[in-house]
Amino acid sequence: MIRFILRRLLWGIPVLWVVATLTFILMQVVPGGPFDKDKPLPVEIKANVEAKYHLDKPVWQQYLFYLQALLQGDLGPSYKYLGRDVNDIIGDTLPVSLQLGLLSLLVAVMVGFVLGILAVVKPQSWIDRAGMIFVTAGISIPNFVIGALFILWLSHAYKLFPPALWEGWRHAILPALTLGLAPAAFIARLLRSSILEALHQDFVRTARAKGLGEGAILLKHVLKNSVTPVVTFLGPLTATLVTGSFIVEYIFAIPGMGKFFITAVTNRDYPLIMGVTLVYSAIIVLANLVVDIAYAYRDPRVRVE
Amino acid sequence: MKKLSVVWWRAPGGHKPDLVMLGSGVLIIMVCIMAALAPWLAPYSYDAQDNTALLQLPSSEHWMGTDRLGRDLFSRLLYGTRISMSMGLLTALSALVLGTVYGAISGYVGGRVDNWMMRWVDIVYALPDLLLIILIMVIVGRGFWGIFLALILVSWVTVARIVRGEVLKHREQSYVEAARALGAGHLRILFRHILPNTFGPLIVILTFRIPAAILAESTLSFVGLGITPPLASWGTLANEGWAALKFYPHLIVFPGLFIFFTILAFNFFGDGLRDVLDPQNRRVYR
Repeated sequence: MIRFILRRLLWGIPVLWVVATLTFILMQVVPGGPFDKDKPLPVEIKANVEAKYHLDKPVWQQYLFYLQALLQGDLGPSYKYLGRDVNDIIGDTLPVSLQLGLLSLLVAVMVGFVLGILAVVKPQSWIDRAGMIFVTAGISIPNFVIGALFILWLSHAYKLFPPALWEGWRHAILPALTLGLAPAAFIARLLRSSILEALHQDFVRTARAKGLGEGAILLKHVLKNSVTPVVTFLGPLTATLVTGSFIVEYIFAIPGMGKFFITAVTNRDYPLIMGVTLVYSAIIVLANLVVDIAYAYRDPRVRVE
Repeated sequence: MKKLSVVWWRAPGGHKPDLVMLGSGVLIIMVCIMAALAPWLAPYSYDAQDNTALLQLPSSEHWMGTDRLGRDLFSRLLYGTRISMSMGLLTALSALVLGTVYGAISGYVGGRVDNWMMRWVDIVYALPDLLLIILIMVIVGRGFWGIFLALILVSWVTVARIVRGEVLKHREQSYVEAARALGAGHLRILFRHILPNTFGPLIVILTFRIPAAILAESTLSFVGLGITPPLASWGTLANEGWAALKFYPHLIVFPGLFIFFTILAFNFFGDGLRDVLDPQNRRVYR
């Protein structure tokens, strides 16, 4: 088990390195330097600035500086928020994004499970069909549309929740609902088909022969066996939550990493773009690792590969 | 040209198309017609400003109201349909072609080559797609072709994975062995025999790729990283409507609902198509 974990961890490092290198290359390829938008600088000042950021050195040297800084955990200064390091900005915004992400994950799992199980209690009934139409709608609606609709109804029309910012538990509800809706729908559908498949298995027949009621069978036996696809989905789900957070944070003016990422792209703040990309990639690699470990913990057959 | 002997209408055991699927198909056709005939259907031009009619709510003159520059929303929506739908179709088709070639070669050749090719797919697949798209757009710039390039560079991987799976499945079948025994070369086997048998899944993939592309483009345009104004796509319309959300909700509600229902229609249609073409109902096609 330990070896499995170590092996998976080791795989994460090359992936992160590839991401770092690719981001570096991407930033080098972009036309236009970071200071081109501002007033044209006098030659000496421009030379000074370039020396400070190593922009005058050959590319491979910049790359080595970059890697060296990375290994020390330094993501560089921000080009646009002068005086602040990328580390500071990420340090301020990452906790917010994590809170939003975890809350949305909770919403997605809870709502998804409830819907999925409800749908299976009476397969092909109107509850099932309505549920599945609702689920496809949930997957199809873009998060900025549902976010805007939520704000329109629940914030402006009915004044139930604040429409923006992140200053109390009330502020977290609409964003978490918006971000968690699509994953909830996906989980519901996944769980439903997984349970339906499991219901055909032999152990269910045995349980029925033993005299167990349908409810007990569902909750005690079938559920444990159908959770696996959902657990596997949690890995890619992290990626979905990350990209969804860009939009949700933008809409609800939440000071998280996603909003800063968007502004950084608009401002061409390259160190911030690179830093945020790396942090996101690290989060996803970690999340996939956790999912793999959870999977291997439950199903020992996976460990032997 | 020899006829391809592929059952394309209904796989044995497949279901007949149902009402939801037909309804969705009708909606899709309607949206396509709107896109194609936009200049003739639109009562106003998409950039015709009318200073006397700013920010109007829906009325008989302006069916969906006007925006802050006095432009008719309905007309802009029609023209926007052109951009969004053409982006969706073009991107989906290109990603399909790219991904199919890559996946077919990877699956057919197998071995170390397959391993390496799939490593790249895994890396791209593991990263969040919107993140990659935005990064690529930082390089290639905004606008229609920038988005196009970014979208296909990211979405080909999903196609490649599925096609590789299909090719792997068919590679071991007896008809391939028979073809090889008859002296068919690899290219011929791949393109004449295996790929036509994957047309069913390919069409389903296409049907699901289109709404994904439309969604990606609208999202990008919504945060201001997509289509440049004054061109109108559904996403840019939503962006413009977003600023005036509280007092002029029609500006975002109409584009938003358009996006929602189009994507919904494609998803329902794709679900139905999958049931018709592949009764085993494997969940891989998303």
